[in-house]
Amino acid sequence: MGVSCELGFLNMAAPLSVEVEFGGGAELLFDGVKKHQVTLPGQEEPWDIRNLLVWIKKNLLKERPELFIQGDSVRPGILVLINDADWELLGELDYQLQDQDSILFISTLHGG
Amino acid sequence: MAGREEVLSLQAEVAQREEELSSLKQRLAAALVAEQESERLIPVSPLPPKAALSRDEILRYSRQLVLPELGVQGQLRLATASVLVVGCGGLGCPLAQYLAAAGIGRLGLVDYDVVEVSNLARQVLHGEALAGQAKVFSAAASLRRLNSAVECVPYAQALTPATALDLVRRYDVVADCSDNVPTRYLVNDACVLVGRPLVSASALRFEGQITVYHYGSGPCYRCIFPQPPPAETVTNCADGGVLGVVTGVLGCLQALEVLKIAAGLGPSYSGSLLLFDALRGHFRCIQLRRRRPDCAACGERPTVTDLQDYEDFCGSSATDKCRSLQLLTPEERVSVIDYKRLLDSGSPHLLLDVRPQVEVDICRLPHALHIPLKYLERRDVESLKLLGEAIRVGKQGTQEGASLPIYVICKLGNDSQKAVKILQSLTDLNSVTVQDVVGGLMAWAAKIDGTFPQY
Repeated sequence: MGVSCELGFLNMAAPLSVEVEFGGGAELLFDGVKKHQVTLPGQEEPWDIRNLLVWIKKNLLKERPELFIQGDSVRPGILVLINDADWELLGELDYQLQDQDSILFISTLHGG
Repeated sequence: MAGREEVLSLQAEVAQREEELSSLKQRLAAALVAEQESERLIPVSPLPPKAALSRDEILRYSRQLVLPELGVQGQLRLATASVLVVGCGGLGCPLAQYLAAAGIGRLGLVDYDVVEVSNLARQVLHGEALAGQAKVFSAAASLRRLNSAVECVPYAQALTPATALDLVRRYDVVADCSDNVPTRYLVNDACVLVGRPLVSASALRFEGQITVYHYGSGPCYRCIFPQPPPAETVTNCADGGVLGVVTGVLGCLQALEVLKIAAGLGPSYSGSLLLFDALRGHFRCIQLRRRRPDCAACGERPTVTDLQDYEDFCGSSATDKCRSLQLLTPEERVSVIDYKRLLDSGSPHLLLDVRPQVEVDICRLPHALHIPLKYLERRDVESLKLLGEAIRVGKQGTQEGASLPIYVICKLGNDSQKAVKILQSLTDLNSVTVQDVVGGLMAWAAKIDGTFPQY
């Protein structure tokens, strides 16, 4: 028992370095900055897209969160890509982030 | 020497007359087309199979004929293929131009809109002479000049749930070159119901996106976007801006995908989405999901079994015209005519222009204070200080104790209403009358000052 208590810190996920990118106009909610190299602090729960969205809302989102987030997910019309693949192929909100992952939020365009 | 001068002068005059003649011919061609084809949905028969290329065709298409991937068989397939082009704007023009040049058999052109001067920077089939004419006739006239062998069928009407299935069924491949969300869902559903591949592109600002829907086992638009975006999150080209070359690049990529499908080579972007960032010079191809078994349109148990009301589904209209918001009561607004009267009377007030800086650089009323709406939304401290100072200075011209009315103006009268709402919420401005100018600076240009630029 005592040993597992002492080693409890091992259960804690290490900080993660990930690239968060916005495009298609979604960057306008983030001061026009497209690429953000971010470090997510170590925490007990593993980082997934669900809590990454909470972190983005708190730390990066500059204005009008309703134009980016709806409920606990992104609003309709924003595609989420994990390492250049549709998040639907990887578990959507439940995808567990890995160090050096690249997450792209792209707002779809409609103009022509 | 005098002889030489006369030669030059006559040459110049001939060139000028020729230019005038060519412009007149263009207008005549469009007028003839308009006269013949304005009223009816032209019935089209299937293109007959083609067994061989003529001597003229071999010469004309020789550079692409020697490509082993295309060859004679590919060219014959192009000649018997028909493509429906939905939207003859920034994407549709270059797409139709390259398809016609490459020798596609038939082009159906759909657009309800007319050519406007602000279209000419990117909609490259339309010329100055045809401003005010229907885009489909202008495009058809240009395409006929380019390749008279290509059959152009103009439809000067919006694609609607009533007409879409019938129209899509007459063509082999559909290109979505539209500019609004309801039309994108409509085109998708029609293609799924009739079973046609859909090459879809879009562009805004410096970015573009292109993909192929409903081809083979690939997804359709609804697989990727089951829910439409909230209307207030959709930006049109008039508000967001767009560079003509960007729609040109995307329209050309779209033509390439159509050609590959029509020639039997197969598309590259079924199940993937190409993103183009013109500012950074990046192309990025991302992998999309597969066809969704639970998709409402192309899934195993589809619920979209007929076309529906897409404007209702999307909560927006099937055009890219700017929306007209109604956030304020009539008492909280003034017309440009009333504002002009007040200005002429010399009555003390503050005019607040809330447009972005880039638009203020285009044109402005010299007496206006400029604070972008974005800063007001953030309750930016510096901006509020600036506003407070302007009110203090303005009050010096008023009678003791009288408050200084504020008039808010923007381009069209939407952002100005949002700004009034924000100013009303500021406690410091409790006793101040805040109104917005209906129709904004574009109404000012149209009704008050004909020399003021429109954009």
